[in-house]
Amino acid sequence: MKMIKNSLGRLVPDEIPGVGKFEPYVSPFAYLDRKLTSPAKSAYPIHPQPPRRDKVTSDIRQAIERSGLEDGMTISFHHHLRGGDAVIPLILRALSDMGFKGLTLAPSSLPDSHDFVADYMRSGLVTRLFSSGARGEVGRAISNGEIEIPVVLRSHGGRARAIEQGDISIDVAFLGAPACDKWGNMTGSAGRSACGSMGYAQLDARHARHVIAVTDNLMDYPLRPRISIPQYLVDQVLLADSIGDPAKIATGAVKISRNPVDLKTARNAFDLLDASGLMVNGCSFQVGAGGASLAVAAYVKDYMKENKIKGSFGLGGMSGYMVEMLEEGYFEAMLDVQSFDKSVTDSMTRNPNHIEIDASCYANPFNKGCVAHNLDMVILAALDIDTDFNVNVQTGHDGVLRGAIGGHPDTAAGAKLAVIVAPSFRGGVPTIKERVMTVCTPGETVDAFVTERGICINPRREDLRRRARDAGLPVKDIRELKAEVEALTGVPDDPEVDESRVVAVVENRDGTLLDSVYKVV
Amino acid sequence: MSDTKSARPACRSMLYMPGNNPSMLQHVVAFGADSVLLDLEDAVSEREKDAARCLVRHFVKDVDFGKIIVTVRVNGADTPYFERDLKEIIPSRPAAVRVPKCHSPEDVTLADRLISEIERANDIPLGSVKIHAMIETAHGIEHAYDIAVSSPRLEALTLGGQDLTADLGVQKTRGGVEFLYARGRIVMAAKAAGLAAFDTVWTDLNDMEGLKNEATLAVQIGFTGKAAIHPSQVDIIHEAYRPDRKELRRAFRIVYAAEAAEREGKGVIAVDGRMVDGPIVTRAFNLINLARLYGIEKEDDLA
Repeated sequence: MKMIKNSLGRLVPDEIPGVGKFEPYVSPFAYLDRKLTSPAKSAYPIHPQPPRRDKVTSDIRQAIERSGLEDGMTISFHHHLRGGDAVIPLILRALSDMGFKGLTLAPSSLPDSHDFVADYMRSGLVTRLFSSGARGEVGRAISNGEIEIPVVLRSHGGRARAIEQGDISIDVAFLGAPACDKWGNMTGSAGRSACGSMGYAQLDARHARHVIAVTDNLMDYPLRPRISIPQYLVDQVLLADSIGDPAKIATGAVKISRNPVDLKTARNAFDLLDASGLMVNGCSFQVGAGGASLAVAAYVKDYMKENKIKGSFGLGGMSGYMVEMLEEGYFEAMLDVQSFDKSVTDSMTRNPNHIEIDASCYANPFNKGCVAHNLDMVILAALDIDTDFNVNVQTGHDGVLRGAIGGHPDTAAGAKLAVIVAPSFRGGVPTIKERVMTVCTPGETVDAFVTERGICINPRREDLRRRARDAGLPVKDIRELKAEVEALTGVPDDPEVDESRVVAVVENRDGTLLDSVYKVV
Repeated sequence: MSDTKSARPACRSMLYMPGNNPSMLQHVVAFGADSVLLDLEDAVSEREKDAARCLVRHFVKDVDFGKIIVTVRVNGADTPYFERDLKEIIPSRPAAVRVPKCHSPEDVTLADRLISEIERANDIPLGSVKIHAMIETAHGIEHAYDIAVSSPRLEALTLGGQDLTADLGVQKTRGGVEFLYARGRIVMAAKAAGLAAFDTVWTDLNDMEGLKNEATLAVQIGFTGKAAIHPSQVDIIHEAYRPDRKELRRAFRIVYAAEAAEREGKGVIAVDGRMVDGPIVTRAFNLINLARLYGIEKEDDLA
């Protein structure tokens, strides 16, 4: 494995044996110069079927055998069922029992709770992993160097690109379906395991060679009033006792943080949005559901109310709070690739302006125009950030994989204003590093880093810095804030890693490599 | 603008923080309060008193607070902690200690004597650490002026509303009618003695409207600042203190006129055709000092 330095000064491999060749990262939109015009390599296969073919089975072995799955092939799952997902364990156990080996696991992401996947990686059932992230036991197993072939970590938009370009070639997609009819029409908006949008699954259904809907809720044909994935993309319908634990699929409405540090951070971030001049009629906005992020949405809502502003669309992972903003008329529409909480799951059935979009539509940089590229403002979290504004959302302070990239780099690259929010230190460890352990979102796409102690603006955005200064906001140089925090916390040592052993790579949205993740010592 | 040192630095908000909560204390500079009140008294349980005292002592000594005024509320003289609190906290040199339960001048003079001893023993210039006398009983209210003039170390009188309701045998109401007299009395006594006056806390964290009303009332009555028990209250208190634009314009004119008069050696100042005397000039300086906290440095910023 030859290591080359990319434009960020990070060493990345030029090839991963068993996966393929890679180019080093150059710049956020360097791909535009490459003038790619080739047709998509992946499209759903031609597969003529006789009329009224029975698609339904409750025999999992039979379904797998019929799919034509063989050792070494690629399987995919979606992560819409989050921590409640019972599809991945069900299928992996069956595959293991049937003696499969050397599979590539390519889910849209892995839920927090899926520690068991590590065992299947150790046993040799799964030898390659492509994911948005790796956490818990899976993250530890990878970071400890227990998995031979380095894992490829991609953003949601990057995965969509990889699928459409053929970098990920899905042989069999096992798609958990909260509601499904006997010919395979599916939706996530109904059923006891309802999860809302099936945006990530839609993409897999379109491109996998064989699609199996896995459902515990066989509905009367035709599924109505809403179909997220249509029957013509679905080969089989597998009946399971349960596809998930509803309590862990759709958690209660995410509440706005009352943590004063989060609130102060959110206030600063909101003030920056205000100063940016982007909060006007027709604006668009994406915000996560965690900590300070949702609190920013609350300030935005108050502002829109007071100033009688109506936004165009809200995007992304959809929380109840954003749906509330739609229902109360602060936005014309919500474009939803993934729903976060219970209050969201049936909103799409009730409200035609709550629109389900697939992962490619959300963030794929290589299609004819993704929504992330239409975005005005995005508020994103971070584990840490460096003085070049590179953001890490993947490796913890111990160097171990513990996060997921999600749509972070996609929306940062696409939005007019990408604001990273995080406390200035956590558990005594400062958030601003000289050099982040793992670059997931390049600093060139980040406009500002906001904490409870002030606002750091990327020197690339002198215009924004001027606006923030003029508005009297607490603007600080990122090195100045770093020093301020370090006066309180000291400077922690970087975790020790073995740089001769790459355990994972972080792929940029365009397929080039941003960084390598190394084995921890 | 010339020297405005003669006026007291504006201290609109005093944010209480439990002295035994390091995870909160470390964020103290982030919340934008003019002043922080590190609490060793009511916010700290009996078994945590020593730990809190130790934490606050180091915290005050070692942490850079920037422009924030640091005060410490010690336990009352009727507790076994009072002297130890002073003995350990004074050497760290907070701007002031808040002495709770001041019923009479003797409570202040006792604290003054002890603080003086500690300052002498630690080579701290005498009178460095100020006292904020917290009045929270009917007896204290009735002796507010005597308390206010009892020590040169005194910098402020503060109203302790929660204990006072208990002493009065009344309920806290949203409009605060039960404290009308107490507030008036404390402001009057403080101003008569040339001290600052700080209003009590608003305790309902979910009722921001109520806080806004009470803060506005405090400003109207003449309190120079108000205590906050949660960081989210700070901005609302500051908003209540935001100077009126019209009044501020006049304050700028008064100050310009005062400066011109001083340059020209004139004793009499006239603004808008009317004579202006000393207290009005001081108030104008105070108002302009206050305006700086809202990013208003000069008259043009009001445009």
